[in-house]
Amino acid sequence: MKQTSKSRSRITRLAAVVAGAALLLPPAARAEEPKFRIGVVTFLSGAAAGPFGVPARNGAEVLAEAINGGKLPAPYAKPGIGGRPIELVFLDEAGGTTKQVSEFRDLVQRQKVDAVIGYISSGDCLAVAPVAEELKALTIFFDCGTPRIFEDAAYKYVFRTSSHAAMDNVAAALYVTEMMPKAKKIAGINQNYAWGQDSWSDFEASMQVLRPGVSVTTSQMPKLLAGQYGAEISALMAGSPDVIHSSFWGGDLDAFVLQAVPRGALKKSTAVLTCGETATHKLGGQIPDGTMIGARGPHGAYAPDNELNKFFRTAYQDRFVLSPNYPAYHMSQSILGLKAAYEKAQGAGAAAPTQDQIIAAFEGLTFETPSGTIKMALGKGHQAVEETVYGQAKMVKGKLTFVNVKRYPAEKVNPPEGVKSADWIKAGFKAPK
Amino acid sequence: MSTILAVLVDGVIYASWLFIIAAGLTLIYGVMRILNMAHGSLYALGAYVAASLAGAWLRAGWAPMGSYAMLVLAALVVALVVGPLIERGLLRFCYGRDEVVLVLVTYALFLIIEDVIKLGWGVESYFIYEPYGLLGNVEIGALSYPLYSAVLVGAAVLVGVGLRFGIYGTRFGKLLVAVIHDREVSAAMGINVNRVYLVTFTLGTFLAAVGGALTAPTVSVVPGMGVETIVLAFAVVVIGGLGSMQGAALGALIVGLVRSAAVHFFPQVELFSIYLVMALVLAVRPRGLFVAAEARKI
Repeated sequence: MKQTSKSRSRITRLAAVVAGAALLLPPAARAEEPKFRIGVVTFLSGAAAGPFGVPARNGAEVLAEAINGGKLPAPYAKPGIGGRPIELVFLDEAGGTTKQVSEFRDLVQRQKVDAVIGYISSGDCLAVAPVAEELKALTIFFDCGTPRIFEDAAYKYVFRTSSHAAMDNVAAALYVTEMMPKAKKIAGINQNYAWGQDSWSDFEASMQVLRPGVSVTTSQMPKLLAGQYGAEISALMAGSPDVIHSSFWGGDLDAFVLQAVPRGALKKSTAVLTCGETATHKLGGQIPDGTMIGARGPHGAYAPDNELNKFFRTAYQDRFVLSPNYPAYHMSQSILGLKAAYEKAQGAGAAAPTQDQIIAAFEGLTFETPSGTIKMALGKGHQAVEETVYGQAKMVKGKLTFVNVKRYPAEKVNPPEGVKSADWIKAGFKAPK
Repeated sequence: MSTILAVLVDGVIYASWLFIIAAGLTLIYGVMRILNMAHGSLYALGAYVAASLAGAWLRAGWAPMGSYAMLVLAALVVALVVGPLIERGLLRFCYGRDEVVLVLVTYALFLIIEDVIKLGWGVESYFIYEPYGLLGNVEIGALSYPLYSAVLVGAAVLVGVGLRFGIYGTRFGKLLVAVIHDREVSAAMGINVNRVYLVTFTLGTFLAAVGGALTAPTVSVVPGMGVETIVLAFAVVVIGGLGSMQGAALGALIVGLVRSAAVHFFPQVELFSIYLVMALVLAVRPRGLFVAAEARKI
């Protein structure tokens, strides 16, 4: 009995504090434009935090601050999102899809954010998309890559402001055939889940189209976060392939590079790393010359020389010393896409656009980012396309540079609207009849 | 032929890595009846401390060979600081309780250490790759392996032989066997059971930490690195029989070879191969390979 009354009084006290806080808050908020609250979900712990999640969070912070202060160059000089200051609510993506779905519900229903920007893992995106639809919550995927999201379903409330993985692998195959006209044997090492499987099958199919008769020595599919790749590297080396394809990312990519390089695996064969850019920031000195590096779009060292990029890179470096990597660029695309859509809706006459008006403005939108122009061209206007870039690593005076850099326009490496990537690739990068 | 050689070499290297970690797990279970869920985070802690110490050593510009000493020193530091802290500060209050309670206690500990690591090192990745390539390579068949892998195999053999000698060839080992056999009678005979537990847990912690420290040069040291490893180590000790050192050695070898064979011949089933072995072994010997059937006590 005593216990109960004690805990009851504690609850009462807690309730009083909460009520008091609620009384205090509204007047402060009412004084200015209502905040635009964005739930930002990215890896803040786990193996993907260092190379992916944290740079993305850093990118979001730098950009939100600059936007609120009205410091961004044109066409984003207007402070906030249509005048509403941005407030970011960060959430950790670690912990698996079930946890992410319930955290997403919490963000939307209890924390009542105005939009959610998030998700690096394709598994999380696939799980969250239907829930976003069910809750009618504007959700922007910033980094995950699986093409299945808008190819296997249609969503009203979900957008993705970066290209999907088909682009990375089609461009990788184009680059390989261009740079290595004699390559006949390929091999792959990819993680055993949606992202890795889709990446490999798109790359292999593209190679078969571009160079019929190309042979596959082995396709390794270790578990995500396996960490030890000794046997896989032996199996890759045993077939002496000309090219080793990998869509590894995060800690797995770092570990693979660290274990493959001392064994000479990436010198005997040329690696094409579709997410390689994230490893160049800290492991640049380990990556052998000639390794083909992708950045999942024109990001990082491949980003165009526009005003937005100059601003973003400088602001990021001033605060975090390292330069922004591609997940940070992907994050900037989502935030700026949202801002552009909101302000377009305002331009159409709605001073405070409703969610439906923002969505209508977002569909099919073309907007500028530090990575150049983004077009929401696929998935009924919900899926972005952008150009992409590949280059080869080369150490010059102890500094990693990129040579033989090739840019591929969006139309060349993305399927047309309404066509599934796999069908488009099999039909020789044309719409199947 | 060369493929079979590669399967063997890759399998033995992987098995050595697994054995070092699994040996500590099975030692602690065998003596203390604690299924130590925190073993994975002690492994991670070993890797972090190793990355910091060896990193500092190399940055100071001292002889690169000294970085190997730093790896071992890191494991010692973790074992001597964290081992006694956990055993004296927490576990000793839980002895005599149900094994399941101790699983929960050590699981809580696992979560706490993971967060302590995040507090101390943040979520950035750490690299200490120099020791991996420092010793050069050796050609086996058509393949090239870093000599560092031989160090790993040597360390595993040393751990196995050392533990075997320590348990069966020394006075402390005999006390240990007595405690394993019957804790109460041992205490009644004047054996300082508390000290045996303290030493065992510290030794187990050292094995986890040295596993992490030796792995650090081959990976990026990141939060959560212990989780994947502990799952594999559990598979190994379950196959071998919980608490059996020979079992852990054989279990590690079986897992290493099967996985390596799967990677070379049937990469599409690699994910499943280890658990297939575990299921098969448990179907035939439900308590693992090296644990004898026991009459149930009522």
